[in-house]
Amino acid sequence: MTSWRRRTVPWVFAGPAAALLVVFFAYPLAASLVQSLQSTERGVTTWAGLGQYSRMLGDPSFLRSLANAGLILVVQVPLMIGLATVLAYVLNTSWLRFRATLRAAYFLPAVTTLVAYAVVFRVLLRTEGGAVNQILGVQVDWLNDPFWARVALIASITWRWAGYNAIILLAGLQAIGREQYEAAAIDGAGPLTTFRAVILPQLKPVVLFCSITSTIGTLQLFDEPMVLTGGGPGDATLTPILYLYQVGFKQFDFGYAAAIAWVVVLLIGGLSWLQFRYFGKEDR
Amino acid sequence: MKRLLVWLVAAAGALVSVIPFYWMVVAATHDGGELFASPPPFLPGDDLMANLRSLEESVHFARVMATSLWTALVYTLLSGLVSAMCGYGLAKYRFKGRGLLLGVVLATMMIPFQVLLVPLFQMMASVGWVDTYQSIIIPFLANSFGIFLMRQAFLGFPDELLESGRLDGAGDLRIFYRIVLPCVRPQLGALVIFTFMSQWNAFIWPLLMLNSAERYTVPVALNHLIGLSHVDYAGLMLGAFLATLPLMLIFLLFQRQFVAGLLGGAVKG
Repeated sequence: MTSWRRRTVPWVFAGPAAALLVVFFAYPLAASLVQSLQSTERGVTTWAGLGQYSRMLGDPSFLRSLANAGLILVVQVPLMIGLATVLAYVLNTSWLRFRATLRAAYFLPAVTTLVAYAVVFRVLLRTEGGAVNQILGVQVDWLNDPFWARVALIASITWRWAGYNAIILLAGLQAIGREQYEAAAIDGAGPLTTFRAVILPQLKPVVLFCSITSTIGTLQLFDEPMVLTGGGPGDATLTPILYLYQVGFKQFDFGYAAAIAWVVVLLIGGLSWLQFRYFGKEDR
Repeated sequence: MKRLLVWLVAAAGALVSVIPFYWMVVAATHDGGELFASPPPFLPGDDLMANLRSLEESVHFARVMATSLWTALVYTLLSGLVSAMCGYGLAKYRFKGRGLLLGVVLATMMIPFQVLLVPLFQMMASVGWVDTYQSIIIPFLANSFGIFLMRQAFLGFPDELLESGRLDGAGDLRIFYRIVLPCVRPQLGALVIFTFMSQWNAFIWPLLMLNSAERYTVPVALNHLIGLSHVDYAGLMLGAFLATLPLMLIFLLFQRQFVAGLLGGAVKG
């Protein structure tokens, strides 16, 4: 009785989640892997081997979506983490008043529904009489020009996530003892030297965390381009997941969509590993 | 000089963060045509009721809000229960398969859920769940992030308390509900907020599942509104405002748990 109980009681707790994970995670995960190796034409499913994967290499839309994700990774993620670091530094300034209010204000964008904020930016950025154009006194075609559409997308995502990352970085800053700043000041270090030699090395694990989560977020980007630009003009703001959505659920090419998904998984795993490898070690 | 710079950065950051919210309120209370006038309106107007009416006419926004609210609440309740129980099982019992289960939970956190879209869609289609509420609630009930968060919360729970509960003759479930759960209230709060928000914001899956307008959730309804040939911009802004309102209220009331929930253990809030 007791040994029977000992074996069953844990599953009373873990069982529901385990069952759900098998049915709605493990099974579809395996199914999508199999699917990515198949192709379906006129209702007939055949084995395609790696055909779906090699197809991507010659698919300009897919390559465009990867290049767009790459652009965001190279431009938006560093820009946002830089801004977040500045905001975190400001919030960590001991003499500054209203810090709690400022903290709440910076975090506010992270509270918005993704679709809702994308809608707001879409209206703010309208070419004819949009508030941004009027305030800047320009006539930029934000959402219909390939270059400016990318700028708009990058600006929107930065607005949404900079404060969120600032709060994470702030916690990292607060973990650095005040006496270390004082020691640096006694040694005659200026603010920039202090930042580079004292703060940055200790902040590194937190920056790494922000950078990895942002990389994952970038490769999964969907809501914003879908609502803001629909991936356009042309494929200028197409992202891999938006393309997956179009291939899978507009063209109903399930095999190809599954293969795209797996490439995204591999990219996320690979890029996270690389960042961990090159930026995570040194100061252990 | 340095102080001035810090103040300037602090104020600029706050201004940029808050202005789109302010503009949302301004836009939601003006007539659609006035939004793009020159100069654009800077103060709230008096067309709130008219915009509410037109929003109600175009997508039955009251029903949309109600749908989002009750599906998110049901999801939060069920998913929170599943997560808390599983987290407790993983943290406080040693059993066969525990390592494997923990591994699967961690894998779910690493692997983007978009990989599951196609096969999940087919599963839903084959059981006739497309365009039903259960399709947006049940598949994601086992939330790996929530399970992990709760496991971390229970790990430090003193075993002596569990033992004394057992000596008093309480069953395992009873101990869990009466002794353990009340002790992790802050983490439960973070879990509830995180879970509610993820369901309230969910877009791609409800977009795929919910085809008929009477089942739209807020993000799907907003997306529908932008797709119309004649876009009601003021109504859209009002919709965006109403979509953000519940989250904003929860944030202002439970800031600490909210931040902890969103950052998910990255920071000990």
